[in-house]
Amino acid sequence: MLRLETRTAPARWLSFAVPVFAALLALLLAAIPLLSAGVSPLQAYRVMLSGAFGSQFAATEVVARATPLILTGLAAAVAFRARLFNIGAEGQLYAGALAAVAVGSGLIDGPAVLMIPLVCLAGALAGAALMLGPTLMKVKLGADEVVTTLLLNFVVALFVQMMIEGPMKDPMSMGWPQSEPILSSAVLPNLIERTRVHAGLIIAVGAALLAEIVMRRTVLGFRIRAVGHNPAAARFAGMSVTRTMLVVGALSGALAGLAGVGEVAGLKGYLTNDLSPGYGYAGIVVAMLAGLSPLGVIASALFVAAVFVGADSMSRALTVSSYIANLIVALSLLSVLLSSVLLRFRLRWEGKPA
Amino acid sequence: MILDILLTVSFWAAAIRIATPLIFGVLGALVCEKAGVLNLGIEGIMTVGAMAGWLAVYSGCDLWTGVLIAALSGAAFGLLLSFFTVTLGLSQHVSGLGLTLLATSGAYFTYRVILPNQSTPPRITPFQPLDIPVLSDLPVIGPILFSQTALTLLAFVLVGLLTWIYARTPLGLALKAVGENPAAVEAQGLSVAWLRTGAVVAGSALMAIGGAFLTMSAFDAFFFEMVAGRGWICIALTVFASWQPGKALLAAILFGAFDAFQVRLQQVAGGVVPGQVFLMLPYLLSILALVIWSRQASAPKALMMPYLRGQR
Amino acid sequence: MTANPHTPVLELRGISKRFGALQANDDIDLVLGRGEVLALLGENGAGKTTLMNILFGHYAADSGSVWVADRAGVLQPLPSANPAAALQAGIGMVHQHFALADKLSALENITLGTESLWRLSRGDRSARTKLDGLMRRSGLLVDLDSPISRLSVGERQRVEILKALYRDARILVLDEPTAVLTPQESASLFETLRALTADGLSVILISHKLDEILAASDRVAVLRHGRKAGEVSTRESTKAALAQMMVGRSVPSPARTPREPGAPVLELVGVSVESPTVRRRLDDVSLQVRSGEIVGIAGVSGNGQSALADLLSGLLTPKHGSLLLGQKPITRFDPGLFVQSGIGRVPEDRHHEGAVGAMTVAENTVLENLSEPRFQRWGFLRKARIDAHARNAIHDFDIRCPGPHAPIRQLSGGNMQKVILARALDREPQLVLANQPTRGLDVGAVADVHRRLIAARDRGAGVVLVSEDLDEILALADRVTVIFRARLSEAMPAEGLDRQALGLLMAGQAREAA
Repeated sequence: MLRLETRTAPARWLSFAVPVFAALLALLLAAIPLLSAGVSPLQAYRVMLSGAFGSQFAATEVVARATPLILTGLAAAVAFRARLFNIGAEGQLYAGALAAVAVGSGLIDGPAVLMIPLVCLAGALAGAALMLGPTLMKVKLGADEVVTTLLLNFVVALFVQMMIEGPMKDPMSMGWPQSEPILSSAVLPNLIERTRVHAGLIIAVGAALLAEIVMRRTVLGFRIRAVGHNPAAARFAGMSVTRTMLVVGALSGALAGLAGVGEVAGLKGYLTNDLSPGYGYAGIVVAMLAGLSPLGVIASALFVAAVFVGADSMSRALTVSSYIANLIVALSLLSVLLSSVLLRFRLRWEGKPA
Repeated sequence: MILDILLTVSFWAAAIRIATPLIFGVLGALVCEKAGVLNLGIEGIMTVGAMAGWLAVYSGCDLWTGVLIAALSGAAFGLLLSFFTVTLGLSQHVSGLGLTLLATSGAYFTYRVILPNQSTPPRITPFQPLDIPVLSDLPVIGPILFSQTALTLLAFVLVGLLTWIYARTPLGLALKAVGENPAAVEAQGLSVAWLRTGAVVAGSALMAIGGAFLTMSAFDAFFFEMVAGRGWICIALTVFASWQPGKALLAAILFGAFDAFQVRLQQVAGGVVPGQVFLMLPYLLSILALVIWSRQASAPKALMMPYLRGQR
Repeated sequence: MTANPHTPVLELRGISKRFGALQANDDIDLVLGRGEVLALLGENGAGKTTLMNILFGHYAADSGSVWVADRAGVLQPLPSANPAAALQAGIGMVHQHFALADKLSALENITLGTESLWRLSRGDRSARTKLDGLMRRSGLLVDLDSPISRLSVGERQRVEILKALYRDARILVLDEPTAVLTPQESASLFETLRALTADGLSVILISHKLDEILAASDRVAVLRHGRKAGEVSTRESTKAALAQMMVGRSVPSPARTPREPGAPVLELVGVSVESPTVRRRLDDVSLQVRSGEIVGIAGVSGNGQSALADLLSGLLTPKHGSLLLGQKPITRFDPGLFVQSGIGRVPEDRHHEGAVGAMTVAENTVLENLSEPRFQRWGFLRKARIDAHARNAIHDFDIRCPGPHAPIRQLSGGNMQKVILARALDREPQLVLANQPTRGLDVGAVADVHRRLIAARDRGAGVVLVSEDLDEILALADRVTVIFRARLSEAMPAEGLDRQALGLLMAGQAREAA
């Protein structure tokens, strides 16, 4: 008889097996929509794979797309550890981008060593500020942060549109709603010639390393974990749940804001309202796939980026809608939830009792 | 000037029209939450409902069959959500978001599979305003309430139906109790899992009809991003409505009135204030509703608490 | 098995149930006769609750079967893991933690699930008629229209029993029914039970209180470590024999030498905490705790103990009055500050407030001392020191665990409590607050906790012991005070204190008499 048993201690190998299993399961499930669109899934995945890793340029494109995903993934991972469900990374990303443009497109100018940190700081602060509101509303008033952050995403999107159609509109844009360009002194330099990989990658990977150290090695990380697992015990032990939550909210928002900085100052050069194809939401999937581990976020961001890049070239080659990428990402999230059940339980085969 | 807007019949007719999808959505969210499940799949389920209902009619079904298909597709996603949240007891926040991502991208993908190269969305003949003898001819009330489409009337009927179910029937009692204390329900020999699954499936079907209203009554075609956060607004309004069907109706209509007012104000003051400011207001208002009314005793006590039998 | 004069209405045959490594029930046989009260005695963790949950269909037994008499009196097998079938067969259960929906009325809670869900309207009128009759015959009176949240604990218990009677239960299982009652309320409950059994109801009474078992039951079955350790007729048994059977060895009571108390370490002067509920309120409470004494706070659960404990833990700020710690008034009420000023706190609920289950034993031992320089430098954890500290605690307090890096949720209740004690007593606090420190622990762990509290007292600490277990208070405390409806009585020396008088205080009667 097959039976479910609660695991007392999850095996270590499972924390690696679960995301891999989840990713494979998502690809397997995505075969259904592919088949219904009249495409052979095997061929589709072959095209996707070569589209993502088939050439050096494709691979660098994956890395470029992974850059914001690492940051939004970290934003979710750090917050979710404290059970602060920040779903507003999309809005915080735009807030960061907006702040970067506001500071970096002519307000002040200086050498790059000054301008780049300044632009990053502005973006991080804007993201953090945007997340402080929902965090306060959660801690003080019990307002569900998922709903408030989601609603704020719409507000920010409208605000960005208002700014780039109004006060921040580039007069040289020939009527297109876009901001003035970032000054060249504030542009994040390219890391590899003739690709879209920019210095934002260093920021992203650095942030992941730092987050890993904070989580594992510091008092703050200890508090974040304690508050996330059991706020009542944390409070009883003398930790301030409110303060910890606010710090986490600010960190999370800042990370998402940095993702926005990278996109405007590293890639596009100016702000439009289609800067992010849902990096904020995909960040949640990235974090969950990584089991909320900051270092794991790097790997899962690369996977999700590969899905996006691969799906793009697949949709060109096989004329399948590129929404297949969003579909695979959504399926990955549900698959990882499903696989987490494996972490909690163990399937056991037992013979009939004699 | 403000009174000029508020006192017109066309304003209130518009308010009710705007409120209709929200009434369905809030009722759906309320049914799920009263049973203890926060359904954050709502945004995606409304998108699926909008797509499925429109698609059914576009491919030749009559309008009511379209509504039925929308409801069924919503129910199917509800079943998936209840498998995650009720059967497996996984995080309702993350499962719901996952469902929204899946349902939304699934709807868009399906739309693109069926209409690969269409740039202008194809239209259908939507529900027409009713013309009920006597009732529609009543002054003021007639045009506001009885010259809406049949779906709006259905929403009003559902409010009454749910009020009666929760107040008067054994089923309603069980559906309330399972969101308050699932252990009490199981101790009385009822199945927590079945009640919660049923509630999530039924609630999701309602949400999907709310989505279908958009493509089959408010508009006559399916657009990307047309749900535009209405699902999240419904979750906020459910809190505002203290989980009561009657108040849900009131909340939706208030919100509809505010939205209609905002649109009219925009026409008047559009030159001075950028339009986006007005468009932000509904979202900000929803956040405000959450902030003010979240800490209340009427929230279902076991909301978001998974219940797994025989677990120690 | 002893001879059973009654016709059997229930038989458990060879029930076994395992949870992971724990054999909760091991081949248990039990017979219940018509109209009898069978006491099921056993320590916490002996398997009583598991057995009843199997009977009631909450758990599926790994092996064995349950047989219940049908209306004709013939034993029929009961389908396993099916609460609905158990209810149908006439088994009613009153859980220790009531299974009631607070916002719904008593009537709604009672009728829930008794009618077909597809009926178009609830049959409330006929339900009222039936319940009025039941209440008159049993004396279990409640206001049927009042929401549960407005009922007292005793009234809630009546609703639970009425729930079973309303379904025509012929077998009633009561799980630790007196834990929340005063001695007097308990006596009245047992009187009701006698009336009901005379009517033909059969009762299984789960308890670990020997006195009430001797007073209320006809027969006693004793469980130990998941096995049936014995079964006796109550009339032929004694308290000592039952205790011996329950524990498997004789239990020494904690050794306590008289000691002259020193200077006051804690003083509450006219302290009030406002709250709409009694359990979170304090009205003009004054109390002095001196160095080297244990002050026991007795009382029925929900009379303000939580408020008092939270106040002394730093979680609550009083509205009026002052709190002096070693003569110094406290102005900021903050748990972290309380720890630093030398209060060791053992919370009521280990899992909820005492420990972070997903974190390790080592992390839990430093949970409240984290900011001290010995455990962190520049905000970075000193892992080696934390581990060493945890190893010392594991050694000193004899904590049985796989090691300092095991998640604490894997530990048994007793060992988890030892971690919390190790943390609370770590820096020899001058004041120790122990709130229900032995709830749910087995006899060995209870003795351990008692030893630690007495040691703290002997070292010169003042100890506040909040407990609903009168025996525990009388065994440990030097002085006793009773909390009733958010007020504290005058503290009395424990020596020669009369149980009956304490019981009256716990019911709030002495105050009226005085």
